[in-house]
Amino acid sequence: MRASTTDKTTHPALIFWIVAGWVGYCLLPWYMVEDGLWSFEWLFGGYPFDADYAPAAFLIGQGEKIWLAPLLIPLTLPILVLGRVKSDPLYSGILILSGALGFGWLIAQGFSIGIRGFNYDWLASLFGDIRLRQFGMGYGAMICASAFLFLLTQGIAARGAINGDVFVVSAIGGVITIVTAFVFFPIAKMLFAAFVTEDGAYSISVFFAKFFDDRLWGLGCLWGARCGAAWNSLFLAIMVGFITTALGLAFALVVTRSGFRYKRALRALTVLPIITPPFVIGLALILLFGLSGTVTQYFAELFGMQPTRWLYGMPGVLIAQTLAFTPIAFLVLIGVVEGVSPSMEEAAQTLRANRWQTFKTVSLPLMRPGLANAFLLGFIESMADFGNPLVLGGNFDVLSTEIFFAIVGAQYDQGRAAVLAIVLLFFTLSAFYAQRMWLGKKSYTTVTGKGDSGVHPLMPNGLAIPVMIVALGWALFTAAVYAMIIYGSVVELWGVNNSLTFKHYVTAFSVRFEEEGIRWTGAAWDSFWTTITIAAIAAPLTAAVGLVTAYLLTRQSFAGKNAFEFGTMLSFAIPGTVIGVSYILAFNVPPIEITGTGVILVISFIFRNMPVGVRAGIASMSQLDRSLDESSLTLGANSWQTFRRIILPLLRPAILAALVYSFVRAMTAISAVIFLVSAEYDMATSYIIGRVENNDYGLAIAYSTTLIFVMLAAVGLLQLLVGRVQIGRRMSQSRTTSQEEPT
Amino acid sequence: MKKLTTTALGTVIALAASMSAAQAEKLTLYCSAQEEWCQLMARGFEDATGIDVNMTRKSSGETFAQIRAESSNPKGDVWWGGTGDPHLQAAEEGLTMEYVSPMRGELHDWAISQAESAGNRTIGIYSGALGYGYNTDLLAANNLPEPACWKDLLKPEYKGHVQMANPNSSGTAYTTLASMVQIFGEDEGFDFMKGLHANINQYTKSGSAPIKAAGRGESTIGIVFMHDAVAQAVAGFPIKVVAPCEGTGYEIGSMSIIDGARNEDEAKAFYDWALSADAQNLALQVNAFQVPSNKGAQTSDSAPDMSTIKLINYDFKKYGSSDERKRLLQKWDEDVSTLPQ
Repeated sequence: MRASTTDKTTHPALIFWIVAGWVGYCLLPWYMVEDGLWSFEWLFGGYPFDADYAPAAFLIGQGEKIWLAPLLIPLTLPILVLGRVKSDPLYSGILILSGALGFGWLIAQGFSIGIRGFNYDWLASLFGDIRLRQFGMGYGAMICASAFLFLLTQGIAARGAINGDVFVVSAIGGVITIVTAFVFFPIAKMLFAAFVTEDGAYSISVFFAKFFDDRLWGLGCLWGARCGAAWNSLFLAIMVGFITTALGLAFALVVTRSGFRYKRALRALTVLPIITPPFVIGLALILLFGLSGTVTQYFAELFGMQPTRWLYGMPGVLIAQTLAFTPIAFLVLIGVVEGVSPSMEEAAQTLRANRWQTFKTVSLPLMRPGLANAFLLGFIESMADFGNPLVLGGNFDVLSTEIFFAIVGAQYDQGRAAVLAIVLLFFTLSAFYAQRMWLGKKSYTTVTGKGDSGVHPLMPNGLAIPVMIVALGWALFTAAVYAMIIYGSVVELWGVNNSLTFKHYVTAFSVRFEEEGIRWTGAAWDSFWTTITIAAIAAPLTAAVGLVTAYLLTRQSFAGKNAFEFGTMLSFAIPGTVIGVSYILAFNVPPIEITGTGVILVISFIFRNMPVGVRAGIASMSQLDRSLDESSLTLGANSWQTFRRIILPLLRPAILAALVYSFVRAMTAISAVIFLVSAEYDMATSYIIGRVENNDYGLAIAYSTTLIFVMLAAVGLLQLLVGRVQIGRRMSQSRTTSQEEPT
Repeated sequence: MKKLTTTALGTVIALAASMSAAQAEKLTLYCSAQEEWCQLMARGFEDATGIDVNMTRKSSGETFAQIRAESSNPKGDVWWGGTGDPHLQAAEEGLTMEYVSPMRGELHDWAISQAESAGNRTIGIYSGALGYGYNTDLLAANNLPEPACWKDLLKPEYKGHVQMANPNSSGTAYTTLASMVQIFGEDEGFDFMKGLHANINQYTKSGSAPIKAAGRGESTIGIVFMHDAVAQAVAGFPIKVVAPCEGTGYEIGSMSIIDGARNEDEAKAFYDWALSADAQNLALQVNAFQVPSNKGAQTSDSAPDMSTIKLINYDFKKYGSSDERKRLLQKWDEDVSTLPQ
């Protein structure tokens, strides 16, 4: 029987991972190479015998790191099943056993033995105080770990999970592992840090002492003193949520339900905040409304008033955040406002409701999911915002900046940072939950398969006039602020010497042409190239992880799918500062030791931005009929082929959205990045922060302006590269724009 | 891109050297002075020795935090610049390494006493006196008298015009607090801080931010190190620098080698080089107006003349210790910062 199925028992995937495991164990340096992931100096630096670069097999051969020896067993076992068929229980059993054993042992030894020997006292007392140490995992260990993981998933698939589909099981296993490693593990590590006393012991009272701190929960602002950072953050976030939602709604109504002509210009506004580096808006506001700001001075002279510092504190932060996040609310709401079915509104009007009644009782309630989403986004963005409070906060402390200064300030208190991060996380997750509760189980379905050729009614006049005034006023204000930004980058020394100059651009981006080629002499080039490189590496990875996850969520059903979905979305609700702190805590020590490298930046971007890829993927995938997959499967393709050749090509808009978003976010992110940059990998935003600190506004703004244009170009380029979906539809009927526009 | 080429080049050279195990010498420098100065020091050392320098610039508080976080696995070799307190604290916690440089003979006494008070784990590289600066335009526009002493700042007409950093987050502001305690005695010193609190418009996070705000005209008076104020004046902002009449405290910018440095020899080479007169003269090129610790180094003409400033006998050992620091900060937190303004 076995002989008759020899050609079916080669198992290419199994052979691949067995070989990979052996290569990782015997050929590649087991530990992290200090010179960086991409340098290959180790090949000439005494490899394979030098202890820094040696593969595990050579280390054991020299009698070192003997705790790696047991890994040979799970590496050898799978070879035994090569000749067996998948349905053989021994096949799956051995694969599961060796995969779990190998993976488990790798993790256990990684956490038990650190740089200073045993990490736990009980281990040291058990084995005695021998001199053991090891550094973070390198290529060898990583590949070995992946090999064990995928041996395990192949074993599980062979048992019949998900119809024995190896690709799907492996994808699920892979995503769960990386989400656990890079989302849950650091967050858990940070939660523990909140309970650590100064001597390193765990104590619950430390947490409470830091939690019930007056600086956190004080209500002094009710009687003239100052309020705690938690109240400030909460209050600010609620205000920003409401105001941005209201303004966003006003914009959406003007675009969809009014006779306003320049709708395209309004839509263009939505792109701005996404490609604006942090601080820039804050700086422009200072230059306009600060004590010596242009507008302040003008009015002070006009009315003979004493200029004040009203901008610094809550008002300034509120204005800056509203400027920054209103377009995001608009982006969310426009889809919803457009989606409200005209037939329902027409039905209401047929029933003799006037325009105001229709709007109030039909249109507005149907917009509820959009309103809730917009509010939630404004709330979370405001909570997580770091740049604006830093520049404009004055004495108004908010959680995100407090976390930063708890870590970097003279007080240096990681525990306090962790406690603050927990409070912040609690707020954002509660908002997330509250939004789901509020939307409840009511149906908001308005887009159905039936023809719906109605036209949205115009807004009632009583509403249209104020909405138009508010929306246009705010749009003009935004335009003025951005004009200020460009102007600010070309003046010598703002407020002191207003002569025009390109000096700042030259300082930042000068190049010299020499015989050997171009020399990048400008001060900003280093961080600029690093930023571009990191963003370019992170973007496709983010899109890939996001889309695979979306595929699993929409197309496959498996146990624990809800928890899986929650896990992948979690990093969206976690503010960047929290991610930054937790990454430092978790990844500065083995087994995963990546602080100070470019890898940690790439990874933080992947997991920060993955939810967008997931959401975009889910949205587009739900539009693709399952019969497409089914016919592909019926024709004999496996699920990987189906994914690659059927689904992927149809997902271009989602891919584009994920690529653009993650690229742009990687260039403008600051809150997590500020903790993770290092000498070699300095990012543009952290360079800009340094210039701002140094009073060098001209250079900071010039750099930011350049980034804005670079990102615009990149977005255009990506659109060209990825191309558009070619769906065999007659294009005459409608310009299927909603499919093609990146969101 | 540049990095990639260098790496590729390095690989080729390594090949050409017929697989010799010798690696290029390198040094990871944590720098807590201003960006230009840090860049210049890094490039200057590369030119002088051929050792590659990887430099990160972060404030002294951030750097201290980083060194502490990395203590079980140090990534940096030398920490150069920044106010002395975190260096002393790092020495106290054993995060930095003892080293007695052969350059000591060329240094001022204050630089060496800084080293001795920390068990030779750190050394002074420059010093700067505390003071304040004001925006002359704004002072005139508001018809305010010109302040000359610390106590002048308590006058009610300066209400809302004074800015200083928060001692919890800034070494500069902690030096201010400790100086007041030493000038006026603890009780009167805290009374001074309380009086000052009434006039403060904002406690900034970073130490030099107050004078930068004053330079831009966003605040009138900023309490900072005088060399920071001079730098703003030289940059073209309307700032006048004041050395307070009661006398004032000062900082000693320091340098330490990180304990467990991966490139210890290179770190020592940098340490010795940074104490030389040539290296310290680089400060003049980047408008750093601190007083260098090498007796043979030059001082800028614009720099505050230390001989005319009344300096107190600042007790770095006592006020740099973490216990005293914690006590003073807690007292300030409880007695001063909670008062209504």
